[in-house]
Amino acid sequence: MLGRKPRVGLFVTCLVDLLRPSIGFAAVRLLEKAGCVVEVPQSQTCCGQPAFNSGDRRDTAALARQTIAAFEEVDYLVAPSGSCAGMIRKHYPTLFPEGSDDRFRAEALAQRSYELVSFLVDVMGVGDLDADYPRVVTYHDSCSGLRELEIRSQPRQLLAKVKGLKVTEMKDAEVCCGFGGTFCVKYPEISNDMVRKKIANVTASGAEVLLAGDLGCLMNMAGKLSREGSRIEVRHVAEVLAGETGGPPIGGGDPG
Amino acid sequence: METRSSEFKENATRALHDAELQRALENVPRGFIQRRLAARDRLPEFEALRDEARAIKDHTLAHLDLYLERYEAKVRASGGHVHFAADGAEAKRIVIEIARRLGARSVTKGKSMVGEEIELNEALSAAGIQPVETDLGEYIIQLRGEHPSHIIAPAVHLTRDQVEADFRAAHAHLPRERNLDEAAKLVHEARLVLREKFIGADLGITGANFLVAETGTSIIVTNEGNGDLTQILPKAHLVLTTIDKLVPTLEDVATLLRLLARSATGQDMSCYTTFSTGPRRPDDPDGPEEYHVILLDNGRSAILGTPFQPMLRCIRCGACLNHCPVYQAVGGHAYGWVYQGPMGAVLTPSLIGLDKAGQLPNASTFCGRCEEVCPMKIPLPGMMRHWREREFERHLQPAAARYGLKLWAFLAERPALYRLATRLGNRALRLWSRGRPRMSMVPLAGGWTRFRDFPTPEGATFMDQWQGRRSNG
Amino acid sequence: MADRDHRSVLFSRIRQGLGVSGDEPARRRAVDERVSRHSRNLVPRRGQLERSARIALFRTMAEGVHATVAEAEGPAEIPALIAAYLRQQNLPSRVRHGDDPLLSELPWREGAPAVERRSGRAEPADEVSVSRAAAGVAESGTLILLSGPDNPTTLNFLPETHIAVIKGDDIVASYEDVFDRIRSAYGTGRMPRTLNMITGPSRTADIEQRLELGAHGPKRLHIIIVNSSPEPQPTGGHP
Repeated sequence: MLGRKPRVGLFVTCLVDLLRPSIGFAAVRLLEKAGCVVEVPQSQTCCGQPAFNSGDRRDTAALARQTIAAFEEVDYLVAPSGSCAGMIRKHYPTLFPEGSDDRFRAEALAQRSYELVSFLVDVMGVGDLDADYPRVVTYHDSCSGLRELEIRSQPRQLLAKVKGLKVTEMKDAEVCCGFGGTFCVKYPEISNDMVRKKIANVTASGAEVLLAGDLGCLMNMAGKLSREGSRIEVRHVAEVLAGETGGPPIGGGDPG
Repeated sequence: METRSSEFKENATRALHDAELQRALENVPRGFIQRRLAARDRLPEFEALRDEARAIKDHTLAHLDLYLERYEAKVRASGGHVHFAADGAEAKRIVIEIARRLGARSVTKGKSMVGEEIELNEALSAAGIQPVETDLGEYIIQLRGEHPSHIIAPAVHLTRDQVEADFRAAHAHLPRERNLDEAAKLVHEARLVLREKFIGADLGITGANFLVAETGTSIIVTNEGNGDLTQILPKAHLVLTTIDKLVPTLEDVATLLRLLARSATGQDMSCYTTFSTGPRRPDDPDGPEEYHVILLDNGRSAILGTPFQPMLRCIRCGACLNHCPVYQAVGGHAYGWVYQGPMGAVLTPSLIGLDKAGQLPNASTFCGRCEEVCPMKIPLPGMMRHWREREFERHLQPAAARYGLKLWAFLAERPALYRLATRLGNRALRLWSRGRPRMSMVPLAGGWTRFRDFPTPEGATFMDQWQGRRSNG
Repeated sequence: MADRDHRSVLFSRIRQGLGVSGDEPARRRAVDERVSRHSRNLVPRRGQLERSARIALFRTMAEGVHATVAEAEGPAEIPALIAAYLRQQNLPSRVRHGDDPLLSELPWREGAPAVERRSGRAEPADEVSVSRAAAGVAESGTLILLSGPDNPTTLNFLPETHIAVIKGDDIVASYEDVFDRIRSAYGTGRMPRTLNMITGPSRTADIEQRLELGAHGPKRLHIIIVNSSPEPQPTGGHP
């Protein structure tokens, strides 16, 4: 063990930075309460997924080097996103030739990088949460977090500690919501079909609130719910766990 | 089969608006997924078998030339004929030559995706030889002049109503008032009609699920028994197959068989798994007098030694199709060629070219479900990404997407500039929203807002707020 | 010759892709060893039971895929069981079977006097066939039938009803056990023309994914297990 408080570098993610900083602040709060010292390295921008999934290895590698350098000094990199954490943990090393210095550094960072909820449970062993949220919620398992990082029980474990909160599982919680990064704008109709099915399941679950660990998925589902006139509220799971649900949900709920 | 993979997007749009197709596609997740899960749960060794299966295939591919030699020798030793075909044209030439020599006028066929690949039926018809598809799904689509929409369930895109209409139109000699309101009655009618064809066929052509090098055996796996009637009744049995079907030993094939039916239909074993070795023996009372195997390449050898080699492990179970949310949304015909879903997205560019099939590996969210269920642990999303890399290198992507991405990367690689850009973008979006919490229209984001709302940014960016908090102590 | 050209093109492409010449001794050795050893891979534990549990499992699995199963203490009971089955199913009293001694030496006249028998390969008009399964696999309730004069392959596919007789002793745990027996009987690397693994009657789900029996092969598969107990029971009680 470190013998001192772990220094966590928060990887904010480009979507959280641009659209919903409260997720970042909720993450900071959770990490500090768990006994970490939180820093936000300033030279971080994007994990590189858009370039990576478009086949642009060179720009992806450049962004990876930038991220690696930015987080070199901290004990852990933690991101409130399964897809960004998955990118760093699983894919960064594959960008560089075996035996190269870049590869070595990428592997070193990968081993210290975590998705937020997984970090709280698997590394910090978080016990109680000082949060209450007496609502019925359902949880969507984002694909990267689920399949690349095996995150499934951890969010449910922590949600169980939120006072008054009840989790109701939806059918096909682990089926893709149709976001897929650039997919939703490259193939909007197929993406729409997928998100339509997803929110039908969300609605059928009887939940009042939808939670997940990835803002891309959440925006996609929230945007569809509101377009269909639904009153179901959408938040990032970190907001609920940190007890920071005072602000409006994603997409704001009712206008004005 | 002419390829329409380059029209995937248009095909997909049509498919999404086809109500009858959408109704039929609901059967895909309902049936296949649950059954596979149940079969997997009933076999504690399932996961361990996947690792063994992958190792068996990888070993075989690494020694493919030697196993092929072995297999060839064994087939000949059992009295069979082996023919090699580098491409589809040669394969068709051989089939027609054999058919002509036999004086064949009617040929029964077991289900063969390879036959679809090379357009065998068209060649037979052009040569005045009538091919009759005997797998019920294949028979139905043959009546409709369609191609299969699923590698193991060719007619999964059709409803019962559609099949009834097709049968009434095709079997005009049967009484019009007959009742066909249940699937059972349609199956019974197909049995009667095709029974005559089985008996009258001069030549039977099947594919092969596996080829066993140890014994020179070809294996077919069916539930209907049509592949068996196809091969044991006519004078000659012709196996049209490709070099990637090789497996070293009987024990190795047992491992793959344990995974195939479970992954495909959720059965422990298909109804009929048939091991065929050579023609009938001198004291056999039945069986074909001649046995021919056509070993076709058609692009497989070009995949060896490339990052796409794992695709050759595929045993054509269809699990990836069944679990793919994109396939479930648009069905198989949208993919425009023989192979659909994730395996189609990876294999098709190898076989018909990236310029024709480039859309397929792009139509994926990389959700990873395909890789999760693949019995051979083929890294499908990773290989789809490889194809995107090849496209990027060859500048095959649409210009707008390319420039957009380049701009994004340019900014992201310069943190100070990125902060500025995001600050401006953030402000612009907030202005555009005019105080509303979400927007139903955002310039340059039509693909998004056509179907969903876009959330207004909460406030200033996280980085700006964080800096602000830090400087305030 | 054109065919030789295609063959050499194919092999040279494969070797080029793999980056080999084909002469490498280590590779040849690896292939020779794998084939000559034909080692078992992981065999599921499911079928690995002692005799009576194995037979019971075989029965359960076969019934699970819509085969019907009857048990006979000895071969002498078979004709009567067959006659009874034909009556029950309202089938004509006519069967076709091969020259398998187990079948042809049965007491047909005593046990099933009304049943007409023909031998040889199946004809399209045959409605019921009787064959002898060489083995059964408990793991999946699968019958193993081998081509030959004793049990023509057409018997397994042409008639609408297929009756398969199998000795309890021939019900083994796994497919691998079957392969061992094949090698003993035919020699290593040799096979009969056809080895059928049959698991239940013919079926299809090609129309809206609904399961229907009797696609092209037999609609009914009736299995008679003979000597299912190691010793004859005094009062013939079976569970």
